[in-house]
Amino acid sequence: MSINKVVAGPKEAVQDIQDGATIMFGGFGLCGLPENCIAALVEKGVSNLTCISNNAGVDDFGIGLMLHKKQLKKMIASYVGENAEFERQLLSGELEVELIPQGTLATRCLIAGYGIPFVPVLAGVGTEVAEGKETVTRNGKEYLIEEAFDAEFAIVKAWKGDTMGNLIFKDTARNFNPLMAMAGKTTIAEVEELVQPGELDPNMIHTPGIYVHRIFQGTNYEKRIEQRTVRKK
Amino acid sequence: MGLSKEQIAQRIAKELKDGYYVNLGIGIPTLVANFIPEGINVVLQSENGLLGMGPFPEEGKEDADLINAGKQTITTLPGSAIFDSAMSFGMIRAGKVHLTVLGAMEVADNGDIANWKIPNKMVKGMGGAMDLVAAAKNIIVAMQHTNPKGESKLLSKCTLPLTGIQCVTKIVTDLGVFEVTPEGFRCTEHAPDVTIEEIKAKTAGRLVIADDIKAVVV
Repeated sequence: MSINKVVAGPKEAVQDIQDGATIMFGGFGLCGLPENCIAALVEKGVSNLTCISNNAGVDDFGIGLMLHKKQLKKMIASYVGENAEFERQLLSGELEVELIPQGTLATRCLIAGYGIPFVPVLAGVGTEVAEGKETVTRNGKEYLIEEAFDAEFAIVKAWKGDTMGNLIFKDTARNFNPLMAMAGKTTIAEVEELVQPGELDPNMIHTPGIYVHRIFQGTNYEKRIEQRTVRKK
Repeated sequence: MGLSKEQIAQRIAKELKDGYYVNLGIGIPTLVANFIPEGINVVLQSENGLLGMGPFPEEGKEDADLINAGKQTITTLPGSAIFDSAMSFGMIRAGKVHLTVLGAMEVADNGDIANWKIPNKMVKGMGGAMDLVAAAKNIIVAMQHTNPKGESKLLSKCTLPLTGIQCVTKIVTDLGVFEVTPEGFRCTEHAPDVTIEEIKAKTAGRLVIADDIKAVVV
């Protein structure tokens, strides 16, 4: 017998996420979002959440669905445009936002998964991002000290996964997903195709199952496209 | 008149060298991909995790899992590589990307750049701009020379919140080409129908006109 991390579905996967939780969500724009778990969190109605994700979705998709239900207390992201409800809640003071340079956001996930507590980065030096941050100087260059994220939950979306939690992502839907998978204390993975151990080539695994605690096969992926751009045949 | 957006992009495309890995920002920078000179092979990086960004897909072949940093549907090319966001900014931070082209609201004559925030207006976030300008060795800004009010965007000091400090190497505007030097903006080329007097009048930062200034060829 092998370790089995399979849960029945999104409802079971998020059942212990409580009001006030800090949750990381994989995805870039609307690409590679854990749609099933977001729907389950909206259904569950938990509130006062702190969400860490590169973006905040659009008005009626992604994290935007939770914003609409006023489930968020704070959003930590690098870019939050294209979302009218986000803007309304921010300007009215209902929602707190912390903006982080995108590479710093990714790196703070990475080091959490690598067991490194902090990292020196150049991004943001001399800007308002540096305000209140500790700095270190090496060879005449100043760096900001950026801390590893410490999030209770990470929710990611993969293309394929096995029952032991090994994950493979597809195309640019990879983005923040493997990083956030490494960073969560409890990591939930929803996959398009769930297979048995041995069915995935070990050489092709992007996220080893050690980082994943719960996995299920999602259903009815909408995979909305934010900017449909095409060329003539 | 000055250069059109396409002509600004066309001029920047002449900066591309064979073998370059290039990151193009949103707006005019994206257009640079349309003018890559014959015989020059470059690889386009998209910071959401792709090297080897191809053209938009044919109609009906759009794939929600394959987008660029502007969230547009795109394609891969033979030799493309996909990676996560940390590796994407890792290669940027490590200086592996040879050229970054991005837009700006303001540039100062010491190379400071502001392009992410207007105080008291909706803040959308810096995305990857701060990481790119902090790391890239070769940053070209593509922008209009003046703002919609007609005020110079080439300043002695940025008035808007900074994206990065002392990082811009070159600016191509509708009026000409400007290098960032210790003496300030050095105008090396002017748009064909733009006079040096007009450039002087519309540049607020320190300006030096190159002795061998010539017209932009596009």
